[in-house]
Amino acid sequence: MTTHTAEDLDIGEETQIRPFTMNFGPQHPAAHGVLRLVLEMEGEIVERADPHIGLLHRGTEKLIEYKTYTQALPYFDRLDYVAPMNQEHAFALATERLLGITPPKRGQYIRVLFCELGRLLNHILNITTFALDVGAITPALWGFEEREKGMEFYERVCGARLHANYFRPGGVARDMPAGLIEDMLEWCESLPKFIDDLDTLLTENRIFKQRTVDIGTVTKAEALDWGFSGPMLRASDVAWDLRKNQPYDSYEEFDFDIPVGKTGDCYARYLVRMAEMRESLKIMKQALEKMPKGPVKVNDYKICPPPRAEMKSSMEAMIHHFKLYTEGYHVPAGETYTAVEAPKGEFGVYLVSDGTNRPYRCRIRAPGFAHLQALDFMSKGHQLADTVSIIGSLDIVFGEIDR
Amino acid sequence: MPGEALRDLADYIHERLGESVEGYLFAGKELVVRARREDIERVLYFLRDDKECTFQLLMDITAVDYPERVASEKAERFDVVYTLLSLRHNQRIRVKIGVAEDTLVPTVTSIFSTAGWLEREVWDMYGIMFEGHPDLRRILTDYGFEGHPQRKDFPLTGYVELRYDEELKRVVYEPVKLTQDFRTFDYLSPWEGMTDVQRPLPGDEKASNTADKNDASDSPEHAPAHGWRESKRS
Repeated sequence: MTTHTAEDLDIGEETQIRPFTMNFGPQHPAAHGVLRLVLEMEGEIVERADPHIGLLHRGTEKLIEYKTYTQALPYFDRLDYVAPMNQEHAFALATERLLGITPPKRGQYIRVLFCELGRLLNHILNITTFALDVGAITPALWGFEEREKGMEFYERVCGARLHANYFRPGGVARDMPAGLIEDMLEWCESLPKFIDDLDTLLTENRIFKQRTVDIGTVTKAEALDWGFSGPMLRASDVAWDLRKNQPYDSYEEFDFDIPVGKTGDCYARYLVRMAEMRESLKIMKQALEKMPKGPVKVNDYKICPPPRAEMKSSMEAMIHHFKLYTEGYHVPAGETYTAVEAPKGEFGVYLVSDGTNRPYRCRIRAPGFAHLQALDFMSKGHQLADTVSIIGSLDIVFGEIDR
Repeated sequence: MPGEALRDLADYIHERLGESVEGYLFAGKELVVRARREDIERVLYFLRDDKECTFQLLMDITAVDYPERVASEKAERFDVVYTLLSLRHNQRIRVKIGVAEDTLVPTVTSIFSTAGWLEREVWDMYGIMFEGHPDLRRILTDYGFEGHPQRKDFPLTGYVELRYDEELKRVVYEPVKLTQDFRTFDYLSPWEGMTDVQRPLPGDEKASNTADKNDASDSPEHAPAHGWRESKRS
C-alpha cells in the first residue's frame, strides 16, 4: 500500500497551473457575428475576456471622406444592418444641422414611424436570438415571421428589405405608397398578440430566468463609467432616452414612456427591450393616425432633387438633378455631433465639413462598441455559458462595432 | 444660437480651469472647449466631478487629421476630440486638444473606463500615442497591420491586399493591384449653391488662376486617392 504524494505524481514546484486560454469564435453562432473572444478560464470560470474585433472592418469612416453627402448615406445602412433607418437618421440630422434646414412635418413623421419600426424589428431579433442562445428555439421561429412582415413595410416604402437608403438630409426619398398606412395600422393591431406570446414563452420561463437573472449585473455607476447608452443604460436604473431628453424630429409630439430596469442584469435588459417594443408600437400608431399631409422633403432643389415629372419639361429641374447627382450639394463649413436614440443606444455622428461637397471627417459613434468593451468586467467570475447570455443581452451587431 | 445655460457653463469652465482651457467657441448650438494637451486629465476630471458640469458619460474620443496645418505651422497636425454628456444638466460638450505626430497624449482611462477602446481606436487609426494606457494595441485593423489608415495621407485603397493561396494553403498578403485605376472625379465646380466660401473653392481653377491647372487628378498615371484635397487647396 502506497500513498501518493506530490513528488510521486511529478507535480513539482515548477509545474504551475496556467489559466486555460480558449478561443471563442470568430465563427460561432452565439457570438452574434464575427467576434473573436479570447477567454482565460479557470476551470469553468471566466477570468478574463478579451474581445478581438475588427474582422468586419470596412473603413466606412474613411470611405465617407471620399464620397459626397448623398453617396455617404447608404453606408449607414451597412453599419447596424438590423435597424438601418435609425442610422441613416443620425447622418441626415447631422447634415441638416450643418445645412440649417428642417424637413417638413410629414417627412419628420415618416422618419419617426420607420425609426420605431426599426426599433421593433431590432428588439424582436435581439430578444429571440438571445432566447436562442440560452436554449429556447420557439421565440426565434415565431419572431422571424413577424420580423419578415415588418421588413415588407421597409420594402414597400423604399424598395429594399435591408439596405434602405430612404432617409435623406431634408426629409425622405419619396412619399409612402398608397395603402401602406392602413396595412401598417393593421399590423400594429396584430403585433401585441405576438409580444404577449413572447411574454408567455420567456418572461416567467424558469430556464430563461435561471440563465439571465443576476447574470452580468451592471450598477448605475459602472454603466456611466463604461459609456453605456440605450437599453443597457436604462436597465441599470438610469432614466435617459434621447427621444425624451433631447427630442429630434417630432418626438416631443408623441406620447410614450421610458421603461427603466432596476437590477441591471441580463433579465432587466430583456424586460426593458420587451417594454420598449410596446412603447414603439404606441409611437407608430400615433404617427400613423396623426400623419400630416404635405411634402416629404424640403422644397429646395439645391438639396433635394426635383420631382421626375418636372424634369421632363423644365430645363432648370434637369440641371438641378444633374448637379445633385454628380457634384452633390455643398455643406457650409462647420462641425456637429448629432446623436439619435438608435435601438442599441446612442448612435452619434460627428461630422466635420470644410465647405465642399464631401465630409472632411465623419466619425461614427456606435453604441455597441462601448457595450462590447464592458464584456470583460461583466463576465468576470461567471461561467462560460453565462458569457453567452451576456453577449446575447448586449445586443451587438458587428456592422456598427467594426464600421 | 446656443442657450443661456450653455453660455454660462462655458464662462464657468473657462474661469475655473484657468489656463488649462485655451478658449471655447460655439459650433452652432454646441459648445467646443479647446484645452491644453498636458492638462487633459485635469480638465476631464473637473468636467466629470464638478457639480455645475457633471459630464459623467464619455461618449466618444476621436481625432481629426489636418495635414495642411503642419506646412503652415499654425497648429499641430491632429485634433483629438472628446465628446461628453451630462445627464443631470442634459448638455453636451466637446473638448479638443491639438496633437502633433510625435507627441504623447495623457490617457484618460483612469477617469472613464470606456476610454480604453476609444483610445486604442485613435491609436490604430491615427497613430496618436496615449501615455499610460494599460493596453494600447491595435483594435480594428488586421493583426500585423502597418500604417494608420485614417490619416489623410493614407491611400483609400491601402497598400496590401490578401487572398487565400491554394498552393501554400494559407492567406498571403500582396501589394494592391487595381484592375482599374482608382478614379476620383473632380466634381467641384463653382456652383452658386449652399456654400458661402470666403476662399476660392477647391477645384475652382477654371474661374480664378490658370497656373496649376494640370495637377494630380489630370495626371495619366495612377494617382492615389489621398492627393486630392491637399493638392487642390494649396
